Amino acid sequence: MRLNLSAFGAGLLFGVGLWLSGMANPRKVLDFLDITGNWDPSLLLVMAGAVAVTAALFRPVVLKRPAPLLGGRFEVSDLRHIDLPLVLGAALFGVGWGIGGYCPGPALTALANLNVESFVFVAAMVAGGLLKSVPLRQGR
Amino acid sequence: MENFTPLPALLGGVLIGLASVWLLAANGRIAGIAGILHGLAARLPGDSAWRAWFIAGLVAAGFLWHALGLAPAPREGFGLGWVVAAGLLVGYGTNLGSGCTSGHGVCGLGRFSLRSLVAVCTFMVTGGVAVYFVRHVFGVAS
Repeated sequence: MRLNLSAFGAGLLFGVGLWLSGMANPRKVLDFLDITGNWDPSLLLVMAGAVAVTAALFRPVVLKRPAPLLGGRFEVSDLRHIDLPLVLGAALFGVGWGIGGYCPGPALTALANLNVESFVFVAAMVAGGLLKSVPLRQGR
Repeated sequence: MENFTPLPALLGGVLIGLASVWLLAANGRIAGIAGILHGLAARLPGDSAWRAWFIAGLVAAGFLWHALGLAPAPREGFGLGWVVAAGLLVGYGTNLGSGCTSGHGVCGLGRFSLRSLVAVCTFMVTGGVAVYFVRHVFGVAS
């Protein structure tokens, strides 16, 4: 139960960060990606603020510990190679992001808008994720 | 650039970073939202509860923001065909590419992962191209 409560708290804080930063607003996200339009550089600062924190604390502090605070072990990818699924997947994700203005976190927290757009987007996103696993039978 | 909001953007980013540090330090998990969601959808035995709770926290933050009266008005009139196409691409692409803006961006860049750097540069470029076509070639108000 402590693991679940901790996950809830981390999700809540993550979501507050998304709303405060403006990332939960798809128009603001698209204004960032739209460099030939009315460009809004705000999201560069969202990423800079977030990465400054993770870079300062992930490897220098957190991963230096033998195990997570609540037990178990650190589940961190040790993949290193650049391959086609990585690049193709990122490319397709970017196209979807640039069309809709939602990446997965903002899409989920925007469910609280209780409007058709966010429900349809999340349903399509889940379906898209499941589609990937169909032909290859690869679980994640 | 009158829409530039540097201070909330930076503070919000710091909160996102802190939440990611929290999940890794306490639970030992990477706060990659796509990975958390796809793992939940795949119903991996014994590995679902914390994913559902994290996503519940994300959604609760949205209700909190609305309750405080701080949420911007939701977008209206954007065609649902575009929404479906975007959702499918985001779901399929993040699963195939093992990450999204948080997994590869916030967490991967914070671990100095070359894979994540390649992924971030790739989706930034294709995202920029997509919005250019949608807004300026097809003339859709997105």
